[in-house]
Amino acid sequence: MGKQYETVIGLEVHIELATKTKIFCGCSTEFGSAPNTHTCPVCTGMPGSLPVLNKQVVEYAMALGLAANCEITRVCKFDRKNYFYPDNPQNYQISQLYLPIARNGYLEIETPSGKKKVRIHEMHMEEDAGKLVHDEWDDTSLVDYNRSGVPLVEIVSEPDMRSADEVIAYLEKLRMTAQYLGVSDCKLQEGSMRADVNLSVREVGSEKFGTRTEMKNLNSFKAIAHAIEGERQRQIELLEEGKDVIQETRRWDDNKESSYAMRSKEDAQDYRYFPEPDLVPIVIDDEWIGKIRSRQPELRDEKLKRYESEFDIPAYDAGLITESRKTAELFEKTAALCGKPKKAANWFIGEMFRLMKERGMEPEELAFSPEHLAKLIDMTEAGTISASVAKKVFEHIFTEDVDPEKYVEENGLKTVNDESAIREAVEKVIADNPQAVADYKGGKEKAFGALMGQSMRALKGKADAGNVRSMLMELLKS
Amino acid sequence: MKITELTALELGAKIRAGEVTVKEAVQAALEQAKAAEPMINSYVTLDEEGAYAQAEEIQKKIDAGELTGPLAGVPVAVKDNMCIKGQLTTCSSKILSNFKPTYTAEAVENLKKAGMVILGKTNMDEFAMGSTTETSWYGPTKNPHNTAHVPGGSSGGSCAAVAAGECFGALGSDTGGSIRQPSSYCGVVGMKPTYGTVSRYGLVAYGSSLDQIGPITKDVSDCAAFLEVIASHDPKDSTSVEREDYDFTSALKDDVQGLKIGIPRDYLGDGLDPEVKEAVLAAAKVLEKRGAVVELFDLGLVKYAIPAYYTIASAEASSNLERFDGVKYGYRAAEYEGLHNMYKKTRSEGFGAEVKRRIMLGSFVLSSGYYDAYYLKALRTKALIKQEFDKAFEKYDVILGPAAPTTAPELGTSLSDPIKMYLGDIYTISVNLAGLPGISVPVGRDKKGLPVGMQLIGSAFAEKTLIRAAYTYECATGKAHEKMAEVKASEKEVR
Repeated sequence: MGKQYETVIGLEVHIELATKTKIFCGCSTEFGSAPNTHTCPVCTGMPGSLPVLNKQVVEYAMALGLAANCEITRVCKFDRKNYFYPDNPQNYQISQLYLPIARNGYLEIETPSGKKKVRIHEMHMEEDAGKLVHDEWDDTSLVDYNRSGVPLVEIVSEPDMRSADEVIAYLEKLRMTAQYLGVSDCKLQEGSMRADVNLSVREVGSEKFGTRTEMKNLNSFKAIAHAIEGERQRQIELLEEGKDVIQETRRWDDNKESSYAMRSKEDAQDYRYFPEPDLVPIVIDDEWIGKIRSRQPELRDEKLKRYESEFDIPAYDAGLITESRKTAELFEKTAALCGKPKKAANWFIGEMFRLMKERGMEPEELAFSPEHLAKLIDMTEAGTISASVAKKVFEHIFTEDVDPEKYVEENGLKTVNDESAIREAVEKVIADNPQAVADYKGGKEKAFGALMGQSMRALKGKADAGNVRSMLMELLKS
Repeated sequence: MKITELTALELGAKIRAGEVTVKEAVQAALEQAKAAEPMINSYVTLDEEGAYAQAEEIQKKIDAGELTGPLAGVPVAVKDNMCIKGQLTTCSSKILSNFKPTYTAEAVENLKKAGMVILGKTNMDEFAMGSTTETSWYGPTKNPHNTAHVPGGSSGGSCAAVAAGECFGALGSDTGGSIRQPSSYCGVVGMKPTYGTVSRYGLVAYGSSLDQIGPITKDVSDCAAFLEVIASHDPKDSTSVEREDYDFTSALKDDVQGLKIGIPRDYLGDGLDPEVKEAVLAAAKVLEKRGAVVELFDLGLVKYAIPAYYTIASAEASSNLERFDGVKYGYRAAEYEGLHNMYKKTRSEGFGAEVKRRIMLGSFVLSSGYYDAYYLKALRTKALIKQEFDKAFEKYDVILGPAAPTTAPELGTSLSDPIKMYLGDIYTISVNLAGLPGISVPVGRDKKGLPVGMQLIGSAFAEKTLIRAAYTYECATGKAHEKMAEVKASEKEVR
């Protein structure tokens, strides 16, 4: 039998912070505008321009650091990372090397064998680069500096993950945390969350780490999972053949589903880091940390616990509802208003997520008011409307945020409880469908269903199905 | 008296009184510049048309009572490393020889707010790297007192323009002595304010942690008035300081009674020209006679200032100058193959030898494996030097010494031995390392008739003490008019 190998993975994750303006100037961070329309002397590296730190960036980074159980660095500083590339207008990036904003934290993830802590080495703030646009026809490259100076936080984990599943769980956790805090939307496809994977393999039981490689250009969880599997196999094959793994940076090609070497350690650049002289150190006192801490929202783990104990809803349902802060907050408000958390949860799980999926909507796009859903739940519970009517009304609440009371009134959707009206409708259905009646009486149970359906339709779904059923039974017997 | 013989404040008063129009002032300065430029080469850009346009607008505002400041209407020059929107800003380098900024430096905005006319941009050592204004891509500037000699540097163009009456004052920048040393060589008053006093926004950076803009003027009163105009707290510059005092002219008092002045023995030792020493000590005697207490003391760490300075300034410069790559603005090599070749050729062709030397030095001291040994050590030295100055200022109000070890050297004698040139910065650079204010005041001439400058150094934010001491010296030894008459006489020699 062959040797057993263990995969050792650490991540460097960049997330774009959702500030309105850039990290060192007042330009907008809006995504997708015409090239070079969100630029100024600072973010295009004009001579004599100077950076001024956006305080919001520090507060967002602190919020994320605190949520990930990090120590906040009380006197933190920026450093320059020097390298030449046209998307980097100054040819240095303002980043943090020596005194990053947050250190020594962890995030807890769920694994098949229980909870696991993934330690965070550090988080640092830095500026994003611009974007190169290659014009193949003209054989030129154009630079768009709109993204230049968009604030980033880089989160560096310890090599604590052992599988693609753990990596995905960690990334999900990080993404959810950032989204809950409102510090980033963390979209991999749009590049507002980017992960570089550091991976090595070693024999199970070995204390020593193997030589690692770094994988870049991973734009989806799928790509990350495939890249990890591929790189693990590649390294194991090398070792099995008695070859060495070379420390290098590799680039993942999503189309080919494979990676290739970009540069080895020997070609690694010397970034000549040194303290950024144009910015003064950031001094963070207890008061500031306290202010940020007091603003932290309830995070997902806390919500999950509370939902189970306080609302008594299934863990699975609670998990779905809390996947975004937006849905969780809508749910909590709805539950509080109608006082029926379990019923509210059913609406979220049954109808709302179905509609969101159908329409391809993001939680942020949800625009209905919890007041209206709460009222709908009350009306359904009171029997004012039938379950099937309620579903229809919910669609209108979901889409147009209608007031269910008004809507039901205007469209005459109230439940018919008047026995004579039900009797009248059912009698008519029996009279109109002699064949079905004969079939039923001849022993075809199926025919009952058809008559039931006709009766409900005749009542426009407004009657309680149980009442209609007993009326139909009664009349068919006679 | 000719208009160009007036000081800036005298001219400002005459303009306010309606005795001289702004246009006449501009015309006088431009005529003087046109006559002197073929010999002096103070300016990279002389903006004749723009100056007259400004004059017209400013005159209207003065007449309407909208501009009432003491320097309104006074024509001035700006060192060519400060951005002015739409106007060539070259840093005297080929690599920026076609660069027109899209915005204006804060210090220049302040000049404009005060109603001053900007005549043009003055020559300098390329990217402010040099002590002679000979490293300029636009050719050297010459010393108005003797055109066979350099004006000093790197703000040599600004100092020569003031000395030759080609403007009534100018802005310079000082990273290691670049205002004080050429002021000393040219016989004008030049001040480097406390770091953070004048905004660096729009100043093309050389050594960011040391760079500071300051005034270069005919006399001490003008110096105080100029500083009052350009000093401001600027949120666009994170290192800009909100000071308690901006009323620098209030320090123009003829009184040094009881002022404690220390002269570092280290500033009088080897390498100091005896004639300079004599002139500076004589100036100290003048202040002593006016009631100051003068004594000698030791400021031991000064000898470490030069290596620390060249390490820090070059390190910052190597990074600051990375943006000049031919991609976005400025010079780009005509022919190249691919990106890296474009970078290489553009920068090889665009930068001069001294700039390349400092980029290489700076890149070296920052590179992995050397950072601790050089850069960090230099930072520690800087901190120690600051401590030593702090200690000295517990005892003294002002530190007095020469601004430079010699008077202006002859053209063509400095660049061949860069180390020797660097050593010429010995008295000025520790002031930058410690972030302190320093002023150079003319105190006489050597046998060749070349000016000698005395440097006064103050504790942080003690500009007013320096102004008071310098003003008292000036009052005791003859006012600006007399000094300028001397300068004029030498200009005639030039012609």
